[in-house]
Amino acid sequence: MKNKTSAEKELELIEQKALNALKTASDAKSISDLSIRYLGRKGIVTQFLRNISKLPAEIKPEIGKKANKLKKNLKVKFENALSKFETKAVKKNEWIDVSLPGRITFAGSLHPITQITQQICDIFARLGFDIAEGPEIETDYYNFEALNIPKNHPARDMQDTFYIADNIVLRTHTSPIQVRIMEKQSPPVRIIAPGKVYRCDSDLTHTPMFHQAEALLVDENISFGDLKGILTTFIHQIFDELTDLRFRPSFFPFTEPSAEVDIRCVICKGKGCRVCSHTGWLEIIGAGMVHPAVFENVGYDTTRYTGLAFGMGIERIAMLKYGIDDIRKFFENDLRFLRQF
Amino acid sequence: MKVSLSWLKHYIPVEMEADRLAESLTMAGLEVENVYNRYNYLSKVVVGRIIDTVPHPNADRLLLCNVDIDKKVVPVVCGASNVQKNLLVPVALPGAQLIDGSLVEKGSIRGKLSEGMLCSEAELGLGTDKSGIMILDKKLAIGENLEKALKLSDMVFDIDLTPNRPDCLSIIGIAREISTIQKTSIKYPDFSLSDRCNKISDLTSVTIEAPDLCPRYASRLLFDITVAPSPFWLQDRLMSIGLRPVNNIVDITNFVLMETGQPLHAFDFDCLADSRIVVKVSKEGESFTTLDGCERQLNSDILMICDGEKPVAVAGIMGGVNSEINELTSRIFIESAYFNPVSIRKAAKKLGLNTEASHRFERGVNPDLTVAALNRAAKLMVEIGKGRLVEGVIDKYPKPVKKKRIILSTVETNRLLGTSLDQNKIAELLISIEFNVEINDDDQLIVIPPSFRVDIERTVDLMEEVARLSGYDNIPVTFPMIPAKTRQPAKQIDLKNRIKSLLVGFGFTESINYSFIGSRCCDQLGLSSQDQRRNLVDIINPLTEDQAAMRPSLIPGLLQTTQRNISRQIKNLKLFEIGKIFINKNSDKLPEEIEMLAVLWTGERFSPNWHTKKVDIDFYDIKGIAEGILKGLDINEAEFRSFIPDTQNHIRPGYGADIFVGNQYIGIVGEVHPQSLSSFNINQKAFILEFDLNLLIPLVSTIKHSKPIPKFPAIDRDITIIIDDRIESRKVLESVKNFNNELIENLHLLDVYEGDPIKSGKKSISFRITYRSSLKTLQDNTVTQVHKNITEILLKEFDATLPA
Repeated sequence: MKNKTSAEKELELIEQKALNALKTASDAKSISDLSIRYLGRKGIVTQFLRNISKLPAEIKPEIGKKANKLKKNLKVKFENALSKFETKAVKKNEWIDVSLPGRITFAGSLHPITQITQQICDIFARLGFDIAEGPEIETDYYNFEALNIPKNHPARDMQDTFYIADNIVLRTHTSPIQVRIMEKQSPPVRIIAPGKVYRCDSDLTHTPMFHQAEALLVDENISFGDLKGILTTFIHQIFDELTDLRFRPSFFPFTEPSAEVDIRCVICKGKGCRVCSHTGWLEIIGAGMVHPAVFENVGYDTTRYTGLAFGMGIERIAMLKYGIDDIRKFFENDLRFLRQF
Repeated sequence: MKVSLSWLKHYIPVEMEADRLAESLTMAGLEVENVYNRYNYLSKVVVGRIIDTVPHPNADRLLLCNVDIDKKVVPVVCGASNVQKNLLVPVALPGAQLIDGSLVEKGSIRGKLSEGMLCSEAELGLGTDKSGIMILDKKLAIGENLEKALKLSDMVFDIDLTPNRPDCLSIIGIAREISTIQKTSIKYPDFSLSDRCNKISDLTSVTIEAPDLCPRYASRLLFDITVAPSPFWLQDRLMSIGLRPVNNIVDITNFVLMETGQPLHAFDFDCLADSRIVVKVSKEGESFTTLDGCERQLNSDILMICDGEKPVAVAGIMGGVNSEINELTSRIFIESAYFNPVSIRKAAKKLGLNTEASHRFERGVNPDLTVAALNRAAKLMVEIGKGRLVEGVIDKYPKPVKKKRIILSTVETNRLLGTSLDQNKIAELLISIEFNVEINDDDQLIVIPPSFRVDIERTVDLMEEVARLSGYDNIPVTFPMIPAKTRQPAKQIDLKNRIKSLLVGFGFTESINYSFIGSRCCDQLGLSSQDQRRNLVDIINPLTEDQAAMRPSLIPGLLQTTQRNISRQIKNLKLFEIGKIFINKNSDKLPEEIEMLAVLWTGERFSPNWHTKKVDIDFYDIKGIAEGILKGLDINEAEFRSFIPDTQNHIRPGYGADIFVGNQYIGIVGEVHPQSLSSFNINQKAFILEFDLNLLIPLVSTIKHSKPIPKFPAIDRDITIIIDDRIESRKVLESVKNFNNELIENLHLLDVYEGDPIKSGKKSISFRITYRSSLKTLQDNTVTQVHKNITEILLKEFDATLPA
């Protein structure tokens, strides 16, 4: 009749021997032999468990539990040891058909307009321009009057306007954002403002809704030369460093001097083609120095501050960058078109 | 504005090639949109030789001619008497356009085929003779295009003028710009006319009752005029820029208008009651018939030119039929005026009438040119109309337009432009465009712009001229000296981009639809009559009926895009759009603009593949996208609640949910109602998700805090209970959460099962509870106890049973 101590001792001894033997085992066969010797039907641990019933009742549960634990423990150890040998023993002539397609999850894509907008915003973000947005439905004041386009001025004919009410319009450009920002913030101001704009016009090159991005920089001593500098940098980044550009006089009521910025035609490289109407140049950005009347409307000191502003059509840039010939494609949302970008 | 080189050359020599001139004008701010040879219209007119002529069997006065046009002989029916064998004549072939705009067609004339037309000088715009066919020089090559054969070349420049440059709305204006470019001087026509007495005052008078609207009004009288066709040189000038000659008097007023930019009007003096003119505003309810034959309703503030009794012209816009020049007119009253630009623009808008005159008056004509242009016209009328000038001029100028004196600082100019021009250079540039410049001090110039530059009002206008004249391309490229900074975070914009990236990662493609919808869209969608989205923001002047209002939802646009793609055989669509919707709140105020995200998924989750069978999308796919986006934004506590009935009628009943975060509603998810789908012609199920980003984005925290990784192992226990099939699984999980045991780390729904062997009306629901303590390794029996308690509570709360 064993007592508790001797039974525990016996268990410890079994464990020790088993683990020692495992350490010296050097191949899969000797490990599985060991497993059989200890855990097999006639194995040492199995025998021990069978004999527990003969133990005195008061120590039976405790020793039984310990023995079961040992069994489990050894089982895990033998299996682990065996698995190490088994991985090494992989056969050399196994095969799967690697040409079968994988279980792919396709990524979607961003609309080309979003991609260009993000590129534009990123370029200006690197120059320290904050991104701003504004309402798409505007008052006549923000869309026109604050921008030095009084009622009954011929400059109103430059944009065909959708009206919601007498004094409420769909914004015809992103320029009202300038005014809203300047009303809230004193100089210096540096913003890039992308968004949808609306004009009642529809043909191959015009859709009644399109996108613009507008940049504004106001500080002391900002000059027309700086406008040329910023725009040159921008054009070189959005197209490439070799893109020639030129500035020519134009008119916008909210800037003076005003300029149209042309780039050397990206399609024909200036030789003349249909896209550039055989001029070799593409009109791409309207720009200028902020008109003092606009500053007066937002209460900026015109003797102290000057500013530069410019706006561009995002569809136009996307069409040139991606070689798209019909602006309406952007809003048809044919998946075969969208998935190309 | 069109200008022809031939006309320009009367004022200035032009040596540059046409392309070069076009580019120079463009670079001076006068954008040349198109350059073309005005004789292009003759491209289908060729030199032909008449081979033979025989009388037309069915018409006495017509001849049948066979005409050799080189390599081909064409039959032409002709009615002219000077047609003879062997003559060379111009043959307009089918498709050719004549000067009056008519098209030559192949056809049969009295039963005989005619494949062209033999033309007179007048018909081709090459002279005034219309008595017979134009006879060409025998040496010309047969078959050659007439434009080439006669070496006809006159380049026309079509210039897109900006509204600030009305001074260039004339040939002289453009010539002035060219003179600056070429640095050559311009030869103005003689505008002077000396009068020995003032006879005119005895015969007529001008009264200006609205001097603010009509600051200046001048006139002259001509008697014994013969109204007849103009001489060819005058017709030719007008035709060179695309105008059609009418008669000498009308042609002269048009000529002077185009030459100088000053609109003129000629009245038949015998039609003026009391032989006088009164300039005054119209009365409400008055009507007036303009030259184009339209009767127009006037309101109370349109400036009218009246005689002693009645209106005879809409000032600055169009004359009236009641005083129109006709062949019998012999006494003419010529008007030359300066009208208030805003008044003319308002009237033109009100009447919907834009004319060459109103275009110029509303932009501002040269107030100093009024009498000069009048003189020019009067002299031409004497010369061409064989008339007699009544001595004297009426020149009422009650509100003289003040000359502007503008101070221009050299330092400020250079500061704005980024240039380093000296004072002399600036002065020189301004003088070159006829500005009057005085030196005030070392820095300042006093500049008086010429009267034709009505756009020059303040200092910055002069700075622009300096920039323009020195050449934008010559201004040095600099970079602003501004403090280095990066952009400020903009939560709304940054999170929109984050959401877009998440959706792209989930396989969705972004679409951008028009913000417009047709007003039918709400009915198509099936929105209830109380739905606030029915308060559409209507557009007063839409382009089409389908674009008559601003969208109150992104769903119609996505459904249209879906339909369009399905009709093009693309049936599996994963689309999204982020954009604004518009809700009309009160017509006086700006509408509410709400930024929305909408996602649409239709078709198959998996297309049939070697590893997966085809599976169609269901509600839980789109819900998974909602959950995925929220997880991606670190929002973990979203709740999906069944709709309150009738709030979202475009969703199939029972298959949609409102999404809440805490108590904040943020959007909906569900299957589109089959009726809504069929009204958009879609025949397959579609599932949508909408988030109100204005509500969602404030819930997103941009601050992140790390939490310690658990040190102790977790224990998973599963539980399966059988409950009523209409009990939401969320309720069961919430009940476990409410148990509030700190050891419960996570709940995970494993399975929901309905069907045999479970009784109908019941379902089994299995979930896994993960237990973990942050303090120690959990003991089995601790977990067993907690798990047992939870099970008991669930059984009680949901009247549940355990599986057999």
